[in-house]
This record gives sequence, C-alpha cells and structure tokens, in this order.
Amino acid sequence: MRSAVITFPGSNCDRDMAVAVEQVCGGEVHRVWHGDAALPEGLDFIALPGGFSYGDYLRSGAMAARSPIMRAVIEAAGRGVKVLGVCNGFQVLTEAGLLPGALMRNAGIRFVCREVKLTVENNTSAFTHRYLKGQTITIPVAHHDGNFFADDATLDRLEGEGRVAFRYAEEVNGSARNIAGVLNEGGNVLGMMPHPERFIEAAQGGIDGRALFEGVTKALLSA
Amino acid sequence: MKVRVYVSLKNGVLDPQGRAIHHAIEGLGFSGVSDVRAGRLIELEVDETVSDAALEEMAQKLLANLVIENYRIERV
Repeated sequence: MRSAVITFPGSNCDRDMAVAVEQVCGGEVHRVWHGDAALPEGLDFIALPGGFSYGDYLRSGAMAARSPIMRAVIEAAGRGVKVLGVCNGFQVLTEAGLLPGALMRNAGIRFVCREVKLTVENNTSAFTHRYLKGQTITIPVAHHDGNFFADDATLDRLEGEGRVAFRYAEEVNGSARNIAGVLNEGGNVLGMMPHPERFIEAAQGGIDGRALFEGVTKALLSA
Repeated sequence: MKVRVYVSLKNGVLDPQGRAIHHAIEGLGFSGVSDVRAGRLIELEVDETVSDAALEEMAQKLLANLVIENYRIERV
C-alpha cells in the first residue's frame, strides 16, 4: 500500500496522520509538500491532515484548496484513489469541490476541543466498513469552523445516497443534521471533522479511530 | 483602478459572528438594532485591461464560496 500525507503551510496534524497511516495501514507513507505539482506514482491513499493551512486566511481551507498539489489530488480522486480529509483537510476538500457543502464558524462561536460521541451512519464505504451501522464511537474534535452547511436539497441527497458517514451523537458545533463526516458520490473521498488519527492506540485515550485506517487497508487488499 | 468585492453570507445561512457582534452592540447599551450580518470587503488594485469577466471569475473561483456566500463587484 502506498500512501501520501499532504502538508500545507500551517498543517499541524500531518505528523500524527503519517504515524497513524504507518502504524495501522503500513506500507510506504510519503510526506508531500503543498507546493509540489505532482504526487508520488501509484498511490492508493491520500490523507489531508488537520491544522490551520494559510492561517485560515479568507476562509478555512480556501487557500490550500487552490495550491498546486490539490490539482493532482483532485485528479487522483477522479481516478478512484482513496482520499481522507480530517478537520482542516475536510475544509480543504469542500473548498476544492471534492465534497459538497461548507464548514462554517461553530454555532457557539467557541473553539471546541474534546472527545465527542459519533454515530456511524454508513458502514459500507472503504473507510467505514469495519464499524457497525448505528455503532456509537468516541473520537476527539478540535475545531473552530466545523459547522457543516449545505442547502436542504443537498442534505436530502446526501442522506438518500447514504453519504453521511458519521453524525454527532451530541450537540457539538451546530452542523446541519448533526453531520460530522460525508462521502463523495463515488465513496472514495471522505471528509470528517473528528480526528480518527488521534485515537489509534490505548495510550491516546481511545482506539475508535483505528478501524477507519484498517478499513482502508482491507478495502485496498480486497479490491 | 480600485475594485471592491463585497462578500456576504447568503440569506438563511446562520451567522454566529454577526450574532455575537449584535450581542456586543446591545451590551454597549445601543438599542433598535434588530440584526447584524458580518461580511468581508476585498479591495483589488487592477489595471484597465482586467475585464469584468475576469473579476467575476476571481470572485467565483476564490473570493467567495458560492455554497454560503454572495458577492458584489464595484469598480471605484
């Protein structure tokens, strides 16, 4: 398995993400700089990490979404390469048009940094098939702009197509229909505000994020 | 020449920052303000060759996120 973790100026969860991919998925993990025009050849999995790319200038993720490497990421996603965006990575994916909706300032204004309960809504995607449908899991969040917004028609379509991957099981940030993570139409791109890479071993306080990375590996092996 | 691009949240999109500003205005003792919406003003210095179409494209591709925002372009 060949993976890449992209680093933007201001990313701060890129190392955690690389460690999670290395330890759970295994294989080769390439660290890629945002200014690179091309990704390594033959990638199976690309992760966009959390952080504050470009200091959240203009809008969270807006500048990073227009950086040179994102053209290559969009092209790879179009070929079916698995792409995971966590937190700022999710914001980048919506700004890049790979996922619908937008992530706005938390409804309560405050930065939210704590463990939250999530409900697994879709357990058929490459990322979520190691969970049970309806399972409650605990994953940490740490964000200021996690309030998912999309118009009602888009939300209905996402729900109808089973593209809501995770929902908050408690009030966190005012997200429409408590959506915490969404899939693209092809099911190969997942964006989520909670940080699965922060919960992969007991020493971190929980292991509920581990199954997501295991799922990606299994999906690639069986593909 | 100067071009101003006004970016504002669409109607119906919750604006937590506007609401906080509204609370602060009331906290200062001002009354009669029924709503506050916060937006963004972006000023560009452009030469005469920059077309309206190019400005529209800049606004749509970067300056505004059309999922949540509207924009208005004004040549000064």
